[in-house]
Amino acid sequence: MNNDIVIRVHDLRKIYRVGEVDVHALRGVDLAVSRGEFLAIVGPSGSGKSTLFHILGGLTPPTSGTVYIHGKDLLAMAESDRTELRKTEVGFVFQKYNLLPTLTAADNIAIARHIAGKDFQEDPKFREVLDLLGISRRLHHKPRALSGGEQQRVAIARAIVNHPSILLADEPTGNLDTENSNVVLGLLRNLNGQLGQTILMITHNPEAAAYAHRTVHMRDGKVVAEPVESR
Amino acid sequence: MIIKLVVENLKHRPVRTLLSVLAVGVEVTMMLTLVGLSEGMLEDSARRARGVGADVLVRAPGTSLIGLSSASMNEKLLGFFEQQPHVRYATGTVVYPIGGVNTITGIDLEEFNRISGGFRYQQGGQFRTPDDMIVDEFYARQNKLTVGSTVRLLDRNWRVCGISEPGKLARIVIPRRTLQYLTSTTGKLSSVFLKLDNPANTDKTVAALKQRLPDYPIYSMEELTSLYSVNNVPGLKAFIGVIIGLSIVVGFLVVFLSMYTAVLERTREIGILKALGASPAYVLNMIFRETALLALVGSVLGILLTYGSRWVIETMVPASLIQKIVPGWWPIAAAIAVLGAILGAMYPAWKAARQDAIEALAYE
Repeated sequence: MNNDIVIRVHDLRKIYRVGEVDVHALRGVDLAVSRGEFLAIVGPSGSGKSTLFHILGGLTPPTSGTVYIHGKDLLAMAESDRTELRKTEVGFVFQKYNLLPTLTAADNIAIARHIAGKDFQEDPKFREVLDLLGISRRLHHKPRALSGGEQQRVAIARAIVNHPSILLADEPTGNLDTENSNVVLGLLRNLNGQLGQTILMITHNPEAAAYAHRTVHMRDGKVVAEPVESR
Repeated sequence: MIIKLVVENLKHRPVRTLLSVLAVGVEVTMMLTLVGLSEGMLEDSARRARGVGADVLVRAPGTSLIGLSSASMNEKLLGFFEQQPHVRYATGTVVYPIGGVNTITGIDLEEFNRISGGFRYQQGGQFRTPDDMIVDEFYARQNKLTVGSTVRLLDRNWRVCGISEPGKLARIVIPRRTLQYLTSTTGKLSSVFLKLDNPANTDKTVAALKQRLPDYPIYSMEELTSLYSVNNVPGLKAFIGVIIGLSIVVGFLVVFLSMYTAVLERTREIGILKALGASPAYVLNMIFRETALLALVGSVLGILLTYGSRWVIETMVPASLIQKIVPGWWPIAAAIAVLGAILGAMYPAWKAARQDAIEALAYE
């Protein structure tokens, strides 16, 4: 498995400047994620989970340390390289779904293809994914006409439409009731199991974390526990 | 796809979109109406001058074709002109400004009728007393006049004796002697119209007259028509320039505000697009397309509004103002509107393009 590492993080540090104060959001994170792994990251608020995601997703540059995604060094990347990374290597799923409110579900997915420079054609393979997500019949509705669970499933479809190496899910069930949470988590596990999608998921919820292969705990900007097999 | 997003964004805030389109439309209408008025009124002046039926126009020395000047040509010149080869008739007019762009013209009706064949009257007829006035249909309609109505002009009451068809010389005509007396220009003329024995002799006659009277501006009617242009009216081009400049400022400010609020409102959406891998260029492209679409739709509206403004002018003040529809200016006005709008969208677009994705996603 070590030969197939998708994410390799070593001594990752991130310092934000807030006003005149330096905030040490990450204080030396070490992490390795294999291809096809479903990893849960658990930790209290302010432990650096989201910052780690933002760095892995190329939304913000690291301050120091090494971060390799598919062998690409994020520390050496310019803004334009990180934009490219978001287009091709990483898909995001957010707690608040973050669909574009003016577009239909289908167009929310299509725009991710458009940004990546591809047409949104009726790809039979992707049609299967939409069936798997259970949103094939809801694609022509705008987000306001969809339930939270449906919106999150559309967001998942959007995140994987460009076949990213990694899916980063930040509290994907944080706004959902138990039933919808279970559906979404089940879907993530299916995507992982059937398509081999590498998934990193932030969660507060131990039950949600139980869907992952292993769980990493973060506290005060560091990974504090060894991976634990949960399945 | 990006066009779809742009259109959906515009539909999402219909009031803001409508107001922006309307503002750009008014901007375009301002430009087109001003240019249309300038060209329309100049053309109307040329048409009325041609309508006299003369072949040659002589103005007083040191005066320009367009622009009012006091009568300063000696009336005795009429006899001189009538003795020149090929000149059959001569008639002199006195023109006096009565406020705004309106003038009152004094004529000798007998002389004038010989050249023009006389006015065609819709009501009434010729002068009978020195205080009689002939007005054209537009002036009568605008001021609700009929034969027998009294008009107060130049501190004097005039009786409308005839209402003529428009298109001949002037809208308000009174006896020349009366106007000369009232304006202390007895024996003086503003312009002289000449009717030749044959229009084919016009150039020859103009050349001969210019030799005899080198200080007098002398025009053939054909030349006169071409001289009635925006470029020949002192200050008009600069005035149009100022109005266009103001229009650009208005368009700039409206679009700036509109796009600025749109960008602020869409902070989160811009963050989402960036998280999906949209580059700053993609975001700029989106904002500029939206702006260009607003400006283009606004331009079309502005063009349509010029038909409205023409209708209002024709209905309310047909004698004072003539507005022409100027299709030649449509692309120019639209280009100016798009330019103003793009300038207005510069800062909002730049702000959107450099928006930090993480902050944007945290924006409520």
